[in-house]
Amino acid sequence: MLDLKGYGPALAEGAVVTIELAFLSLALAVTLGLLGASAKLSGNRVLTGIATAYTTLIRGVPDLVMMLLFYYGGQVAVNALSDYLWETREIDFFFQFDPFISGVVTIGLIFGAYMTETFRGAFLAVNVGQIEAAKAYGFTRWHTFRRVMIPQMMRHALPGIGNNWQVLLKTTALVSIIGLTDMVRVAEEAAKAERMPFHFFIPVAAVYLALTAITELFIRWLDKRANVGVVQGN
Amino acid sequence: MPDFIADWLSSNEIFTAMTLMEYWDGLVTTVHLVFLSLVIGLIVAVPLAILRTVKNPFVSGPIWLYTYLFRGTPLLIQLYIIYYGVAQIPGIQETFWWEIFKEPLYPALLAFTLNTAAYTTEIIRGAIMSTPNGEIEAAKAYGMNWFLRMRRIILPSAARRAVQAYSNEVIFMLHASAIASIVTIVDLTGAARNIYSRFYAPFDAFIFVALIYLVLTFILVFVFRKLENHLLRHQRPANS
Repeated sequence: MLDLKGYGPALAEGAVVTIELAFLSLALAVTLGLLGASAKLSGNRVLTGIATAYTTLIRGVPDLVMMLLFYYGGQVAVNALSDYLWETREIDFFFQFDPFISGVVTIGLIFGAYMTETFRGAFLAVNVGQIEAAKAYGFTRWHTFRRVMIPQMMRHALPGIGNNWQVLLKTTALVSIIGLTDMVRVAEEAAKAERMPFHFFIPVAAVYLALTAITELFIRWLDKRANVGVVQGN
Repeated sequence: MPDFIADWLSSNEIFTAMTLMEYWDGLVTTVHLVFLSLVIGLIVAVPLAILRTVKNPFVSGPIWLYTYLFRGTPLLIQLYIIYYGVAQIPGIQETFWWEIFKEPLYPALLAFTLNTAAYTTEIIRGAIMSTPNGEIEAAKAYGMNWFLRMRRIILPSAARRAVQAYSNEVIFMLHASAIASIVTIVDLTGAARNIYSRFYAPFDAFIFVALIYLVLTFILVFVFRKLENHLLRHQRPANS
């Protein structure tokens, strides 16, 4: 059996941190993606411009640079705000900008940009007749969005969401660089201390492979559900 | 020059000639590293992609496993395994390989090359698999053997279909190369980290480097669009 030299529990805790980080980032990314896609399709020039600037900027900058900017810059911004509030209003306000929050915000923002493109394509794939029918029934805009658009665009969006998720999961490894004790960080410390890099990194790599395999199955199941009622040609 | 830019330039303490030189050296390292790993990765990927389409599972199976492992795990872990792992190979410190691999640049180059070769193999394989059957039949009817068919018909045709996906891979590689700074390589991100810690100015140091990456990305997008137009020029409508 695999002997983890006493690092087993720490690695398991690190794996939980990785999973939490991945799911919270995914939730933020999907939210931003829906907002971004709605903004791009709104027909409003200001909103479209903001969403286009967002997706272009985010996709042109490395994820690690963004993460360093948010982590170190975030703390400087909090410190400045804290000083300002203390000097002007005597309010004692401070918080430590921790790596976990920076990680969720950065990864959420980055994949929000990719999700925006995914959802935009999926919304455009919904038949216009469906939206017209909803209008004819007197649905409000929100109702049309919730009851007609979302269920029908999901089957177009799921393959893209699946791809983005696989990349997102691997991106979470970067948060170990700004000091989050996820499984990569624990493995790195253990590998250095024990001088056994293969021994600790290969199991961690295997956990990533297992996580992608499990979620792949789940996405396939969701995909089947979203395609209920669609006749697919062979 | 507008006054506010002149004011800003004369009052700033961070962007002196010295730090700009650090960014420049970082840029050279990043371009060097990314260019080499992409070129070597592409040279490795073409034969692998061809072999991956062979029906014999003893040929295509190992290549499938290689691409699966390298595409399914984070590049950071691959870099750590190679960077820390090479020194642990018994006896390597007595051979000439150690002279090469004790520099962090070469483990990073190896990790990036293996990673991009895995993605590129799958991109080219997908393009080869989707070659229209008629093209292959026509080549066969002309009496072309397998090698000639591959060289004259299938690969040029696949290259046109692969260029779009490959341009994404190139941009991905440029962005992924930022993690080279973790193993003490002073690339663009490494230079930004040094300048950040010297001046404790995260916004200046990282936003500046983000803009450089943005410009590099736009240049790549532009070059690949030109290349795509060139490769697909026979499909353009006649009167445009």
